[in-house]
This record gives sequence, structure tokens and C-alpha cells, in this order.
Amino acid sequence: MLQATVPAPIELLPPAAPRSPGYWETVARRFLRDRVALVAALVVLGLLLMAALAPWIAPADPYASSMLRRLKPIGFEGHPLGTDELGRDMLSRLMVGARLSLFMGITPVLLAFAVGSVVGVTAGYAGGRVNSVIMRTIDVFYAFPSVLLAIALSGALGAGMTNSLISLTIVFIPPLARVAESVTTQIRTRDFVEAARASGASAFTIVRVHVLGNVLGPIFVYATSLVAVSMILASGLSFLGLGVKPPEPEWGLMLNTLRTAIYVQPWIAALPGAMIFITSIAFNLLADGLRAAMEIKQ
Amino acid sequence: MNATDVGGPAQPLLAVRGLVKHFPLKKDVLGRGGGVVRAVDGIDFDVRKGETLGVVGESGCGKSTTARLLMQLIAPDRGEVVFDGEGVGSRALPLKAFRRQAQMVFQDSYASLNPRLTMEDSIAFAPQVHGLGRKAAVARARDLLARVGLEPSRFAERYPHELSGGQRQRVNIARALALQPRLVILDEAVSALDKSVEAQVLNLLLDLKDEFGLTYIFISHDLNVVRYMSDRVMVMYLGQVAEIGASETLFQAPAHPYTRALLSSIPSMDPDRRTEQPPLAGDPPNPIDPPSGCRFHTRCVHAEAVCSARGPQLGPVAAGQSVACWMHVPGSGHSAAPVALREAA
Repeated sequence: MLQATVPAPIELLPPAAPRSPGYWETVARRFLRDRVALVAALVVLGLLLMAALAPWIAPADPYASSMLRRLKPIGFEGHPLGTDELGRDMLSRLMVGARLSLFMGITPVLLAFAVGSVVGVTAGYAGGRVNSVIMRTIDVFYAFPSVLLAIALSGALGAGMTNSLISLTIVFIPPLARVAESVTTQIRTRDFVEAARASGASAFTIVRVHVLGNVLGPIFVYATSLVAVSMILASGLSFLGLGVKPPEPEWGLMLNTLRTAIYVQPWIAALPGAMIFITSIAFNLLADGLRAAMEIKQ
Repeated sequence: MNATDVGGPAQPLLAVRGLVKHFPLKKDVLGRGGGVVRAVDGIDFDVRKGETLGVVGESGCGKSTTARLLMQLIAPDRGEVVFDGEGVGSRALPLKAFRRQAQMVFQDSYASLNPRLTMEDSIAFAPQVHGLGRKAAVARARDLLARVGLEPSRFAERYPHELSGGQRQRVNIARALALQPRLVILDEAVSALDKSVEAQVLNLLLDLKDEFGLTYIFISHDLNVVRYMSDRVMVMYLGQVAEIGASETLFQAPAHPYTRALLSSIPSMDPDRRTEQPPLAGDPPNPIDPPSGCRFHTRCVHAEAVCSARGPQLGPVAAGQSVACWMHVPGSGHSAAPVALREAA
């Protein structure tokens, strides 16, 4: 008999913990330790709050113009951030403008996240020929730079907010689908998916239970970083007159209408740009922090 | 949902006939390449009810491909797998019904557990797929955790990264048992574990086998472990079966030169019996373009003309022992072959 003297099974266990922290608890703990990401999250939260409460907290009516008070500098009495080319209060317009700008930044990314995840996970899990057909189709969109694609689609659909939402969504589906496909392909070859197949589960059940939980996180992180791009593109569309129509306050549109004032009041003209900049940086740093916190340690 | 015995104890639990799997290689832009890897090239064997069949061979000999073919994780090119008298995938035994009765444990204990699921959720997944309610499935998962030596109150709600390799492999075993299968394929299930942990898990496997009346296919490259575990052993070489027989017979009187070479590669505990000679020279030949005739003739010390000309079939040499070697075929033309009593047909 070989190995006749096998040692009696001794359980070499770590001391029993009352309950182990779950995955999301670990992520939250790591995220809270990351100062930069935390600040970025607070900035994003502040912006969202500001947008939500804008109609109530804005000091003045963002549509009320005054020919006498055009292009007043920052710190002018009654207008802490000055006035624009029609004498409207800049602070109020920036606050109310956050609603449309954030909406135009976040909505297309969310829609594209939903569509892109479905397309990418399908391609990644199916593999083989299905994957080739879907991904080569997606590749066609990569032939166009995203700015050009957004402008072309918006131009073809016609100006207006809904159409620019649609065109931005279409612009973001290919990159999200590609990320979804690559993370799904990685997960699909793992043994736990094989084991799930060996248990007789259908493809749909395996995707729901074993694939989505492992791929949605990384896709979502990537989507967060796209919010900044979407905001900038939306602002660009508004700037070109393809998005939001005046007199609606929207940061990109404000940048456009104020550009003639750049020699008179350069600081006022730069304010909407500064808001776009702060928002996009905050979303990017937030995405970075999320990615770092969600990395699986072994 | 206990699976029932269909064909009685004499009928093999698993009968494999002419199983073939070739992986085509992609051609490059200029159309070069495009060969096939003959991973599994026509194998036949039976697994009897209640036994442990060990499968040994060098890396790349097709052990793991065979396991995946048996589990129908990849589709065979040719050949059939018969489970307790019913063809797998036939109307009498649809794939899902077969999978309830045959389960597999993989080598990599970490990769085979979903990092986002707790241990009890991982184990309870399969029973829920087969229609067991969530509560009952979780109860069964906790019960199985206890059976594999993991205290449910401590381990049920843990995640894979919090467990050691040995503990994770115990969970994988529990997961495989969750469907109350009759056949468990262990694909290098203990190879990645420390020796002391390996011994514990092996003994656990033996206990579980008795307790649940299981049949094992035990795939490993570790000959000592295979000998300890197996009732019968199958030796594979380049996608074919070289020899199959009762464990003790095969280890004491190996008939195939490859089996002999493999056995002599086990390091001896006796310093006086250490050998300086490598038992096998070089690596196994490329399975993309395997040697003609007997696959082993390029490395075999007994190779003769007949060996490179024709491939031998698996044939009986002793009670319960079969070997694919011309040296054991009467009248084969090999000088070591027994004299033919009558002319071979």
C-alpha cells in the first residue's frame, strides 16, 4: 500500500471570522481610502445635487435678460459670476445649465452601456462565427472618428436634443460593445463557466449568474470614463447648433454664444468651459478610482 | 432526484468507442499551416460501476481533452459515449440528464469558482438549474460543505479568495457532488495542491466514493497518486490508449514499453536503485504530425520495421489487461512477438 501513513486530516484554518466582508464591501473600503477618487466622487455628487436643485437654489432667473447689464465682470453686484451677452445672470445659467449638460453627458452613455453590454456579452459568450459577424460590424464604426460620427449622425437626423442623444448613443455603442466582448471572452474560458456548462445550465442562465456579475463592473467603469467624452461631444454639438437650442442654458451652447465676447470679458467667456473641464476631470478620476478599487485580488 | 441504476452491475457505467477529436489549426493569410492537432485519436475504454479508472500520460497526450469530451464540453468529431447503456445525447439520455449524473472537478481550484459567488451559492447553482428550490439547494450546499470537511457556519458565506487551495478544492468537490452524480471526472484535481493537503483530499475522495457509491475517472500525471487511487489504469500516449489494465497488474507487470518507461521514471526511495539514465529521451512527438505506425516507435527501444509501418490495435495480453504493442501480437513480424499458433488473419 502506498502512502500508508497519511497524516490525519488536520484543518489548517484561519481563525474564524464572524462574517467575511463581501466583494462590494471590500471595494467600498478600498475606494474610501483613495483620496483623489473620493474628492472626484464628491465633486460629481455636488454637480448632480446642483443640477437637481438648480431651479430652487439659483439666485436669479436664468432667462431674464437686461440690456443695461450686459457682460458685467465677475463680482458685479447682484451677479457673483457676472452676466452674459444678453445680461443674464451667469451663476444661475451655469447652475441650470448643469441639468442639460449632465443629462446630455450621462444619458447617451447609459443607453449605450445597456445596448453595448448586450451586444458585447452576446458576441463574447457565443464566440466563433457569431462573434466575428458582430465584432466586424462594430469595427465599421471605428473607421470614423467619434466627433465626426456624432456630427454626421446629428446632421443627418436633424438638429434637436433627441436626435443628438440618439447620435451620441450610437457613437458610444461600439467602444462599449468592444470592452464588453473582451471581458466576456476572458471570463468565458474560465473553468467556473465550464463547470456551469457541465452542470447542464442554459447559456442564458450561465450569462445571468456567472458572466454578468464578472463583466458589468469593468464595463461600467469604462462607461464612467465616457461620460466626460459624451459631455464634450454634446457641448460640441450644441456649439455647432446641432444640439440644444437657445435660449436654453447648456454649457456647450453658452460657450458658443459667449465666444464673441472673448475679447471683452475673457473670464466670463471661459466659465462654461471651466465647468465642462471640471466635470469631465471629475468623472475620469472617479472612473480611475473605481477601476482601482474593483480590481480582483487573488 | 437520485439517479437510478439502469443496466445492473455488470453493465459498464461508461463505454467509450472510437472517440476522436482533432483541432484544426488556423491557416495564415497565405494559406500555409492548417494542419490538425490529433488530440484524441480513436480511443476505446469502459468504466465499470463503482471503480476508479486512473488515466496517466505525459502533458499533451490528450488526457484533459478526453475528460472534456466525456463531459460533452467539446463535441467529438467521431465516436460515441454510452452511459449505463444509453447513448449520451440520444433521446433516452438527453445531455442535461447525462450531466446530472456525471460531474467534473478541474485542476485550478481558483479559476473553477466564480469569484463573485459565495461558496454556498456556487454549490447551490447546479441543483437550482435542475429544478431544486433555492432554500433546498442552499441546505444541500451546506450539508455538502460539512461532508467535505468545511464547517458550513464558517465557510458557506465566504468568497473564493478567502480560502486556501485545499479548501477551495474541497468546495469544488462539493459542487461536483451537488447533483448527486454517479460518475465524477477528476481532471488533475489534486495536482496543484501541497503534498500534505493532497493526501487529505485524496482520502476525502476515497471516503466520499464509499459514502455516495461513486465511480471515478481519475486523471493525473502523478503515478504514485494514480496507483493509490485506482482500481484500473489507462495509459495514454499521443491521443491513443497504449495500455489499460488492473492497477496492480499494470504497475507490477507493465506490457507496453511506454508504460515501463513511465514507471521507471518514478524516483526510487532506495538510494542504491537510483538510475542515472533518463527513462525516456526527449519530448513526445508533435501531435500535429504524429509518427507513422505505432505512435511510440520514435522513442521506443524495441522499435522494429513493423512498428513504423503499421499501428497496433489494443489487444488482450493477460486477464483484464490490454496493450497496443506489436511485441504482444503473435505473428506480427516483431522479433519479440510470440510465435503465431496459426496465421494471423
